[in-house]
Amino acid sequence: MGIVTPGFGLIFWTTLTFFILLFLLAKFAWKPILKAVQDREEAIDSALEAAKAAKAEMASLQTNNEQLLKEAREEREQILKEARALRDKTIADAKTAASEEAAKVLDAARAQIHNEKMAAMTEVKNQVAQLAIDMSERILRAELKDAAAQKAMVDRAMEDVKMN
Amino acid sequence: MASNAVLASEEAHTANEHASAIEANAESHGHATEQGEEKEAFNPAEVIMHHIADSHGWHLFDWNDHPVSIPLPVILYTNNGLVVFSSAEFHHDQEGTHVVEAGGQRFVNVHEKIYYASEEANEHGVYAHMDHETHEVSNESPWDISITKNVAALLFAALVILLIFLPAARSYKKNPNSAPRGLAGFVEPLVVFVRDDIAKNNIGHHYKRFVPLLLTIFFFIWINNLLGLVPFFPGGANVTGNIAVTMVLAIIAFVVTNVNGNKHYWGHIFWMPGLPVAVKPLLAIVEFIGIFTKPFSLMIRLFANITAGHIIVLSLVSLVFIFETVWISPASVLLTLFISILELLVAALQAYIFTLLTALYIGAAMHEEHH
Repeated sequence: MGIVTPGFGLIFWTTLTFFILLFLLAKFAWKPILKAVQDREEAIDSALEAAKAAKAEMASLQTNNEQLLKEAREEREQILKEARALRDKTIADAKTAASEEAAKVLDAARAQIHNEKMAAMTEVKNQVAQLAIDMSERILRAELKDAAAQKAMVDRAMEDVKMN
Repeated sequence: MASNAVLASEEAHTANEHASAIEANAESHGHATEQGEEKEAFNPAEVIMHHIADSHGWHLFDWNDHPVSIPLPVILYTNNGLVVFSSAEFHHDQEGTHVVEAGGQRFVNVHEKIYYASEEANEHGVYAHMDHETHEVSNESPWDISITKNVAALLFAALVILLIFLPAARSYKKNPNSAPRGLAGFVEPLVVFVRDDIAKNNIGHHYKRFVPLLLTIFFFIWINNLLGLVPFFPGGANVTGNIAVTMVLAIIAFVVTNVNGNKHYWGHIFWMPGLPVAVKPLLAIVEFIGIFTKPFSLMIRLFANITAGHIIVLSLVSLVFIFETVWISPASVLLTLFISILELLVAALQAYIFTLLTALYIGAAMHEEHH
């Protein structure tokens, strides 16, 4: 006997126990555990893949964004430049228009003043002529009050005629 | 269990009268006994061998010189069919002096092996024919499939394994695709270790089929090793240090290896390529023996390592009784502590080595030729 002789009973029970254990563990422990571990590993792998892809996408998005930003900045510059030019042009136009208008107004005023002046001059002339006529009439009347004065007058006129 | 123990101790008390007979018998058998101060001299070898061997009852301790043990069912497949009775019926007799009558038959227990009892007792009161020189018992014995101490410990270990892994598996079902928690967190690195470092590395791409078997072998050995290191009930049984247990495991490894052997494997065994024809048959013999020596080494390695661990621990504990002084106990305790810690490592290491080599053998049998 001794410890190096395998006993039949223990062989029997060990075999039985081991295979029952193997069956139960394989079905209810190893299968779910291994599956869960593998699923998780796959999930982690795919998550890492997705993260990497997302990172690459982010990078490309960023370069895109930078491009867009640059374009936007350029466009803004362009727009501002155009706006500035437009403003300058508008101001210049307005200035020209204003000065033209002013010149026109001035011309009109000048013409008006001229007309008024001419009218005033004509009237003054007429008045002066009227006054002169009235004066001469009065003088004439006063000089020709008597016949002797009239006679002297005609004589003086006759003298002028002889000279011609 | 506690009630059983009490029952057993009562049995022990009722077996008072038998005890004296056993002692007398032990003396007559030439066991190292001294009658100096009315107490037996301590024989460490006997105690240790008794511990590492299997037994029909689970001995817990001695109380007032009477053994207290948990009775276990004795199951015998006899000439008249199955016979079942409690191991307590032997009244701790292991010398064949107490006959148990069950199922109309008479049985005796001689050194934990059960025989059909002889009609008459011999001159030492043993109901068996014993050779005077070798102490070999020539009586017939029935097929003994009793729940012995090792079987009980084995079943307990199986229960522990199920109680560890079934809840762990359930927690995976409950929280799929999340970090492992609790028991699953403890179990997962070990399972992944066996799967990746033992199965995948050594078997190759067909490894998945063998992972459940390797996991079962690994945890079966490891948990049994660890329970064997627990110094009190229900641990302490020398299950993986019993050659019957390691033999079953080795046979499983042997069968799985050779069933999965491909034509290259068998070709390398019986007609080794690349050698002179004259050498080939010679090598075939060597390789053929190799098929059996590999699992044989598995069987012996585990058996020897675990048994050696138990022997060393028990020897160190026995120092107090050998030197008969309590002053040796610090050394005894420190050395036992050291060896026990070492044995914790050995428990895991031997489980690992057994599983690793099994995987290696399977891998070699399934290896595809790449010349």
